[in-house]
Amino acid sequence: MSLLDYFRSTKKSNTAATAKERLQIIVAHQRSQRGDPDYLPLMKQEIIEVIRKYVHVDEDQVSVALDQNDDNLSVLELNITLPER
Amino acid sequence: MAQIIVVTSGKGGVGKTTSSAAIATGLALKGHKTVVIDFDIGLRNLDLIMGCERRVVYDFVNVINGEANLNQALIKDKRCDKLFVLPASQTRDKDALTKEGVGKVLEDLSKDFDYILCDSPAGIETGAMMALYFADTAIVTTNPEVSSVRDSDRILGMLQSRSRRAEQSLEPVKEYLLLTRYAPTRVKTGEMLSVEDVQEILAIPLLGVIPESQSVLKASNSGVPVIVDQQSDAGQAYADAVARLLGEDVPLRFVAEEKKGLLKRIFGS
Repeated sequence: MSLLDYFRSTKKSNTAATAKERLQIIVAHQRSQRGDPDYLPLMKQEIIEVIRKYVHVDEDQVSVALDQNDDNLSVLELNITLPER
Repeated sequence: MAQIIVVTSGKGGVGKTTSSAAIATGLALKGHKTVVIDFDIGLRNLDLIMGCERRVVYDFVNVINGEANLNQALIKDKRCDKLFVLPASQTRDKDALTKEGVGKVLEDLSKDFDYILCDSPAGIETGAMMALYFADTAIVTTNPEVSSVRDSDRILGMLQSRSRRAEQSLEPVKEYLLLTRYAPTRVKTGEMLSVEDVQEILAIPLLGVIPESQSVLKASNSGVPVIVDQQSDAGQAYADAVARLLGEDVPLRFVAEEKKGLLKRIFGS
Protein backbone atom coordinates (compact mmCIF):
# COMPACT_ATOMS: atom_id res chain seq x y z
CA MET A 1 0.00 0.00 0.00
CA SER A 2 1.54 3.25 -1.07
CA LEU A 3 1.34 6.46 0.91
CA LEU A 4 -1.09 7.82 -1.65
CA ASP A 5 -3.47 4.88 -1.16
CA TYR A 6 -3.43 5.54 2.54
CA PHE A 7 -4.95 8.98 2.04
CA ARG A 8 -7.31 7.72 -0.64
CA SER A 9 -8.72 4.96 1.51
CA THR A 10 -10.16 7.43 3.99
CA LYS A 11 -12.30 8.93 1.24
CA LYS A 12 -13.66 5.61 0.05
CA SER A 13 -17.30 5.02 0.85
CA ASN A 14 -18.10 2.62 3.64
CA THR A 15 -19.44 -0.41 1.77
CA ALA A 16 -20.04 -2.38 4.97
CA ALA A 17 -22.67 0.19 5.96
CA THR A 18 -24.38 -0.25 2.59
CA ALA A 19 -24.31 -4.02 3.04
CA LYS A 20 -25.88 -3.74 6.48
CA GLU A 21 -28.66 -1.48 5.22
CA ARG A 22 -29.48 -3.76 2.30
CA LEU A 23 -29.46 -6.81 4.56
CA GLN A 24 -31.76 -5.23 7.11
CA ILE A 25 -34.34 -4.58 4.41
CA ILE A 26 -34.16 -7.98 2.73
CA VAL A 27 -34.10 -9.87 6.02
CA ALA A 28 -37.16 -7.98 7.30
CA HIS A 29 -38.96 -8.85 4.06
CA GLN A 30 -37.86 -12.48 4.34
CA ARG A 31 -39.10 -12.71 7.92
CA SER A 32 -42.51 -11.28 7.04
CA GLN A 33 -42.96 -14.27 4.72
CA ARG A 34 -41.75 -16.83 7.24
CA GLY A 35 -44.27 -19.56 7.79
CA ASP A 36 -46.18 -18.72 4.63
CA PRO A 37 -47.04 -21.86 2.69
CA ASP A 38 -44.97 -22.52 -0.42
CA TYR A 39 -47.98 -22.15 -2.71
CA LEU A 40 -48.72 -18.57 -1.65
CA PRO A 41 -46.66 -16.67 -4.29
CA LEU A 42 -48.13 -18.74 -7.15
CA MET A 43 -51.66 -18.44 -5.76
CA LYS A 44 -51.23 -14.69 -5.50
CA GLN A 45 -50.09 -14.56 -9.10
CA GLU A 46 -53.08 -16.55 -10.30
CA ILE A 47 -55.54 -14.42 -8.32
CA ILE A 48 -54.09 -11.33 -9.99
CA GLU A 49 -54.45 -12.97 -13.42
CA VAL A 50 -58.12 -13.68 -12.77
CA ILE A 51 -58.83 -10.14 -11.65
CA ARG A 52 -57.02 -8.80 -14.68
CA LYS A 53 -59.44 -10.57 -16.95
CA TYR A 54 -62.06 -8.10 -15.81
CA VAL A 55 -60.32 -4.99 -14.51
CA HIS A 56 -56.89 -3.60 -15.01
CA VAL A 57 -54.93 -3.64 -11.78
CA ASP A 58 -51.24 -3.33 -11.09
CA GLU A 59 -49.47 -6.00 -9.13
CA ASP A 60 -48.63 -3.63 -6.29
CA GLN A 61 -52.32 -2.82 -5.82
CA VAL A 62 -53.03 -6.33 -4.72
CA SER A 63 -51.98 -7.56 -1.32
CA VAL A 64 -52.39 -11.13 -0.21
CA ALA A 65 -51.63 -12.03 3.39
CA LEU A 66 -52.13 -15.19 5.32
CA ASP A 67 -52.64 -14.78 9.04
CA GLN A 68 -52.44 -17.63 11.45
CA ASN A 69 -54.68 -16.48 14.29
CA ASP A 70 -54.45 -19.61 16.36
CA ASP A 71 -53.83 -23.28 15.78
CA ASN A 72 -57.13 -23.96 14.07
CA LEU A 73 -57.82 -20.75 12.20
CA SER A 74 -55.96 -19.15 9.32
CA VAL A 75 -57.30 -16.09 7.54
CA LEU A 76 -56.46 -15.31 3.94
CA GLU A 77 -56.73 -11.60 3.51
CA LEU A 78 -57.07 -10.20 0.01
CA ASN A 79 -56.88 -6.49 -0.55
CA ILE A 80 -57.36 -5.08 -4.03
CA THR A 81 -57.39 -1.43 -4.90
CA LEU A 82 -59.52 -1.01 -8.00
CA PRO A 83 -58.69 1.84 -10.39
CA GLU A 84 -60.92 4.92 -10.41
CA ARG A 85 -63.46 5.03 -13.16
CA MET B 1 -28.95 -39.01 25.86
CA ALA B 2 -26.69 -37.27 23.42
CA GLN B 3 -27.03 -33.67 22.46
CA ILE B 4 -27.58 -33.31 18.70
CA ILE B 5 -25.87 -30.32 17.15
CA VAL B 6 -26.26 -29.29 13.51
CA VAL B 7 -23.63 -27.18 11.80
CA THR B 8 -25.52 -25.39 9.06
CA SER B 9 -25.46 -22.21 6.94
CA GLY B 10 -27.59 -22.34 3.82
CA LYS B 11 -24.78 -20.96 1.69
CA GLY B 12 -21.91 -23.18 0.58
CA GLY B 13 -18.24 -22.60 1.17
CA VAL B 14 -18.59 -20.66 4.41
CA GLY B 15 -16.80 -23.24 6.57
CA LYS B 16 -19.40 -25.78 7.74
CA THR B 17 -17.17 -28.82 7.33
CA THR B 18 -14.10 -27.05 8.73
CA SER B 19 -16.17 -25.98 11.72
CA SER B 20 -17.80 -29.40 12.19
CA ALA B 21 -14.40 -31.09 12.20
CA ALA B 22 -12.91 -28.52 14.56
CA ILE B 23 -15.79 -28.44 17.03
CA ALA B 24 -16.21 -32.23 17.11
CA THR B 25 -12.50 -32.64 17.76
CA GLY B 26 -12.61 -29.92 20.41
CA LEU B 27 -15.49 -31.60 22.25
CA ALA B 28 -13.72 -34.97 22.13
CA LEU B 29 -10.44 -33.48 23.34
CA LYS B 30 -12.37 -32.13 26.33
CA GLY B 31 -13.35 -35.69 27.18
CA HIS B 32 -16.82 -35.92 25.63
CA LYS B 33 -17.56 -38.91 23.45
CA THR B 34 -18.42 -37.35 20.11
CA VAL B 35 -19.47 -38.51 16.66
CA VAL B 36 -19.52 -36.26 13.61
CA ILE B 37 -21.78 -37.23 10.70
CA ASP B 38 -21.39 -36.07 7.10
CA PHE B 39 -24.86 -35.36 5.66
CA ASP B 40 -23.54 -34.30 2.25
CA ILE B 41 -24.59 -37.43 0.39
CA GLY B 42 -22.83 -37.74 -2.95
CA LEU B 43 -20.23 -35.07 -2.11
CA ARG B 44 -18.51 -36.35 0.99
CA ASN B 45 -15.63 -34.25 2.26
CA LEU B 46 -15.65 -34.44 6.03
CA ASP B 47 -13.46 -37.58 5.80
CA LEU B 48 -10.79 -35.55 3.98
CA ILE B 49 -10.86 -32.71 6.49
CA MET B 50 -10.65 -35.23 9.34
CA GLY B 51 -7.85 -37.12 7.58
CA CYS B 52 -9.59 -40.51 7.51
CA GLU B 53 -10.48 -40.72 3.80
CA ARG B 54 -8.54 -43.93 3.26
CA ARG B 55 -10.27 -45.74 6.06
CA VAL B 56 -13.84 -45.36 4.75
CA VAL B 57 -15.43 -48.77 4.18
CA TYR B 58 -19.11 -48.35 4.98
CA ASP B 59 -21.07 -45.13 5.15
CA PHE B 60 -24.17 -43.43 6.58
CA VAL B 61 -26.49 -44.70 3.81
CA ASN B 62 -25.23 -48.28 4.26
CA VAL B 63 -26.22 -48.04 7.92
CA ILE B 64 -29.65 -46.57 7.11
CA ASN B 65 -30.30 -49.35 4.59
CA GLY B 66 -29.14 -52.04 7.01
CA GLU B 67 -26.20 -53.07 4.81
CA ALA B 68 -23.76 -52.42 7.63
CA ASN B 69 -24.08 -51.81 11.34
CA LEU B 70 -22.90 -48.71 13.13
CA ASN B 71 -19.74 -50.33 14.51
CA GLN B 72 -18.67 -51.24 10.99
CA ALA B 73 -19.29 -47.78 9.60
CA LEU B 74 -17.94 -45.58 12.42
CA ILE B 75 -14.31 -44.56 11.92
CA LYS B 76 -12.32 -43.99 15.09
CA ASP B 77 -10.13 -40.90 14.99
CA LYS B 78 -6.36 -41.47 14.99
CA ARG B 79 -5.63 -38.66 17.40
CA CYS B 80 -8.45 -38.91 19.90
CA ASP B 81 -10.13 -42.11 21.07
CA LYS B 82 -13.33 -40.32 22.04
CA LEU B 83 -13.96 -39.12 18.48
CA PHE B 84 -15.71 -40.98 15.65
CA VAL B 85 -16.63 -40.08 12.07
CA LEU B 86 -19.62 -41.38 10.13
CA PRO B 87 -18.86 -40.63 6.48
CA ALA B 88 -21.40 -39.78 3.79
CA SER B 89 -22.05 -42.04 0.86
CA GLN B 90 -20.27 -41.01 -2.31
CA THR B 91 -22.55 -42.70 -4.82
CA ARG B 92 -26.20 -42.45 -3.85
CA ASP B 93 -28.41 -39.48 -4.26
CA LYS B 94 -29.69 -37.29 -1.46
CA ASP B 95 -33.09 -38.98 -1.31
CA ALA B 96 -31.40 -41.96 0.32
CA LEU B 97 -31.89 -40.03 3.57
CA THR B 98 -35.31 -40.53 5.12
CA LYS B 99 -36.65 -39.12 8.35
CA GLU B 100 -37.20 -42.61 9.73
CA GLY B 101 -33.77 -43.86 8.67
CA VAL B 102 -31.86 -40.86 9.99
CA GLY B 103 -33.95 -40.82 13.17
CA LYS B 104 -33.15 -44.45 13.87
CA VAL B 105 -29.38 -43.98 13.40
CA LEU B 106 -29.37 -40.87 15.63
CA GLU B 107 -31.37 -42.72 18.27
CA ASP B 108 -28.88 -45.60 18.28
CA LEU B 109 -25.92 -43.20 18.45
CA SER B 110 -27.62 -41.31 21.28
CA LYS B 111 -27.24 -44.29 23.59
CA ASP B 112 -23.50 -44.29 23.22
CA PHE B 113 -22.36 -40.72 22.66
CA ASP B 114 -22.44 -37.39 24.51
CA TYR B 115 -22.49 -35.26 21.37
CA ILE B 116 -23.67 -35.92 17.81
CA LEU B 117 -22.54 -33.31 15.29
CA CYS B 118 -24.38 -33.16 11.98
CA ASP B 119 -22.36 -31.55 9.20
CA SER B 120 -25.05 -30.18 6.90
CA PRO B 121 -24.67 -29.82 3.14
CA ALA B 122 -25.29 -26.40 1.59
CA GLY B 123 -28.73 -25.48 0.30
CA ILE B 124 -32.19 -26.32 1.62
CA GLU B 125 -32.69 -29.70 -0.06
CA THR B 126 -33.31 -33.04 1.63
CA GLY B 127 -29.77 -33.47 2.99
CA ALA B 128 -29.78 -30.09 4.71
CA MET B 129 -33.32 -30.54 6.05
CA MET B 130 -32.44 -33.99 7.44
CA ALA B 131 -29.31 -32.60 9.11
CA LEU B 132 -31.28 -29.92 10.95
CA TYR B 133 -34.50 -31.84 11.62
CA PHE B 134 -33.41 -33.67 14.78
CA ALA B 135 -31.18 -30.92 16.18
CA ASP B 136 -31.26 -29.69 19.78
CA THR B 137 -28.71 -27.00 18.98
CA ALA B 138 -27.81 -25.28 15.73
CA ILE B 139 -24.51 -23.63 14.92
CA VAL B 140 -25.21 -21.24 12.06
CA THR B 141 -21.93 -20.71 10.26
CA THR B 142 -21.86 -17.32 8.58
CA ASN B 143 -19.34 -15.20 6.68
CA PRO B 144 -19.49 -11.42 7.11
CA GLU B 145 -20.88 -11.03 3.61
CA VAL B 146 -24.39 -10.26 2.28
CA SER B 147 -25.33 -13.56 0.63
CA SER B 148 -24.14 -15.63 3.56
CA VAL B 149 -26.02 -13.53 6.13
CA ARG B 150 -29.22 -13.65 4.09
CA ASP B 151 -29.00 -17.43 3.69
CA SER B 152 -28.31 -17.83 7.41
CA ASP B 153 -31.52 -15.96 8.11
CA ARG B 154 -33.39 -18.34 5.79
CA ILE B 155 -31.94 -21.31 7.66
CA LEU B 156 -33.02 -19.77 10.98
CA GLY B 157 -36.53 -19.64 9.55
CA MET B 158 -36.29 -23.35 8.67
CA LEU B 159 -35.06 -24.23 12.16
CA GLN B 160 -38.05 -22.42 13.61
CA SER B 161 -40.63 -24.06 11.36
CA ARG B 162 -39.33 -27.33 9.91
CA SER B 163 -37.32 -28.91 12.72
CA ARG B 164 -38.61 -31.73 14.88
CA ARG B 165 -38.71 -29.40 17.87
CA ALA B 166 -40.84 -26.92 15.91
CA GLU B 167 -43.18 -29.59 14.54
CA GLN B 168 -43.74 -31.17 17.94
CA SER B 169 -43.99 -27.78 19.72
CA LEU B 170 -41.07 -28.65 22.00
CA GLU B 171 -38.59 -26.17 23.38
CA PRO B 172 -37.12 -24.48 20.26
CA VAL B 173 -33.73 -25.38 18.80
CA LYS B 174 -30.94 -23.37 20.47
CA GLU B 175 -29.40 -21.21 17.76
CA TYR B 176 -25.85 -19.89 17.81
CA LEU B 177 -23.95 -17.71 15.39
CA LEU B 178 -20.44 -18.75 14.36
CA LEU B 179 -18.85 -15.99 12.32
CA THR B 180 -16.05 -17.34 10.14
CA ARG B 181 -13.43 -15.82 7.82
CA TYR B 182 -13.46 -12.62 9.80
CA ALA B 183 -10.92 -9.95 8.84
CA PRO B 184 -10.68 -7.24 11.53
CA THR B 185 -8.53 -5.01 9.33
CA ARG B 186 -11.18 -4.88 6.63
CA VAL B 187 -13.89 -4.28 9.23
CA LYS B 188 -11.92 -1.30 10.48
CA THR B 189 -11.70 0.22 7.01
CA GLY B 190 -15.43 -0.24 6.48
CA GLU B 191 -15.06 -2.96 3.85
CA MET B 192 -16.55 -5.79 5.88
CA LEU B 193 -19.59 -6.22 8.11
CA SER B 194 -18.58 -6.27 11.77
CA VAL B 195 -19.51 -8.92 14.36
CA GLU B 196 -21.96 -6.42 15.84
CA ASP B 197 -23.57 -5.79 12.43
CA VAL B 198 -24.15 -9.48 11.75
CA GLN B 199 -25.39 -10.10 15.27
CA GLU B 200 -27.80 -7.19 15.03
CA ILE B 201 -29.26 -8.54 11.77
CA LEU B 202 -29.53 -12.20 12.75
CA ALA B 203 -30.32 -11.55 16.43
CA ILE B 204 -28.97 -14.81 17.84
CA PRO B 205 -26.28 -15.36 20.49
CA LEU B 206 -22.67 -15.47 19.34
CA LEU B 207 -20.73 -18.72 19.75
CA GLY B 208 -17.48 -17.47 18.30
CA VAL B 209 -15.59 -15.49 15.71
CA ILE B 210 -13.02 -17.35 13.62
CA PRO B 211 -10.50 -15.07 11.95
CA GLU B 212 -9.59 -15.49 8.29
CA SER B 213 -6.46 -17.55 8.65
CA GLN B 214 -3.87 -19.33 6.54
CA SER B 215 -3.82 -22.10 9.10
CA VAL B 216 -7.24 -23.34 7.90
CA LEU B 217 -5.94 -24.26 4.43
CA LYS B 218 -2.79 -25.76 5.92
CA ALA B 219 -4.90 -27.88 8.24
CA SER B 220 -7.17 -29.16 5.45
CA ASN B 221 -4.13 -29.86 3.24
CA SER B 222 -2.83 -32.23 5.86
CA GLY B 223 -6.17 -33.64 7.04
CA VAL B 224 -5.83 -32.38 10.60
CA PRO B 225 -8.74 -30.39 12.09
CA VAL B 226 -7.52 -26.81 12.59
CA ILE B 227 -8.35 -26.88 16.30
CA VAL B 228 -5.46 -29.32 16.81
CA ASP B 229 -3.07 -26.52 15.79
CA GLN B 230 -3.24 -24.53 19.01
CA GLN B 231 -0.49 -22.18 17.81
CA SER B 232 -2.83 -20.82 15.15
CA ASP B 233 -5.35 -18.03 15.68
CA ALA B 234 -8.16 -20.04 14.05
CA GLY B 235 -7.36 -23.07 16.20
CA GLN B 236 -7.52 -20.99 19.37
CA ALA B 237 -10.73 -19.29 18.24
CA TYR B 238 -12.37 -22.70 17.70
CA ALA B 239 -11.20 -23.84 21.14
CA ASP B 240 -12.89 -20.75 22.60
CA ALA B 241 -16.10 -21.55 20.69
CA VAL B 242 -16.10 -25.12 22.04
CA ALA B 243 -15.64 -23.81 25.58
CA ARG B 244 -18.63 -21.48 25.09
CA LEU B 245 -20.69 -24.35 23.71
CA LEU B 246 -19.95 -26.18 26.98
CA GLY B 247 -21.19 -23.18 28.94
CA GLU B 248 -17.88 -21.55 29.82
CA ASP B 249 -17.61 -17.79 29.76
CA VAL B 250 -14.70 -16.97 27.47
CA PRO B 251 -13.88 -13.46 26.21
CA LEU B 252 -13.82 -12.86 22.44
CA ARG B 253 -10.43 -12.84 20.77
CA PHE B 254 -9.18 -11.99 17.28
CA VAL B 255 -11.89 -9.39 16.64
CA ALA B 256 -9.62 -6.36 16.85
CA GLU B 257 -6.96 -5.45 14.36
CA GLU B 258 -3.62 -7.03 15.14
CA LYS B 259 -1.07 -4.37 16.00
CA LYS B 260 1.85 -4.61 13.63
CA GLY B 261 5.32 -3.99 14.91
CA LEU B 262 7.71 -1.70 13.07
CA LEU B 263 9.54 -4.59 11.41
CA LYS B 264 6.29 -6.13 10.20
CA ARG B 265 5.22 -2.77 8.81
CA ILE B 266 8.39 -2.55 6.77
CA PHE B 267 8.84 -6.13 5.65
CA GLY B 268 5.21 -7.26 5.66
CA SER B 269 3.82 -10.28 7.43
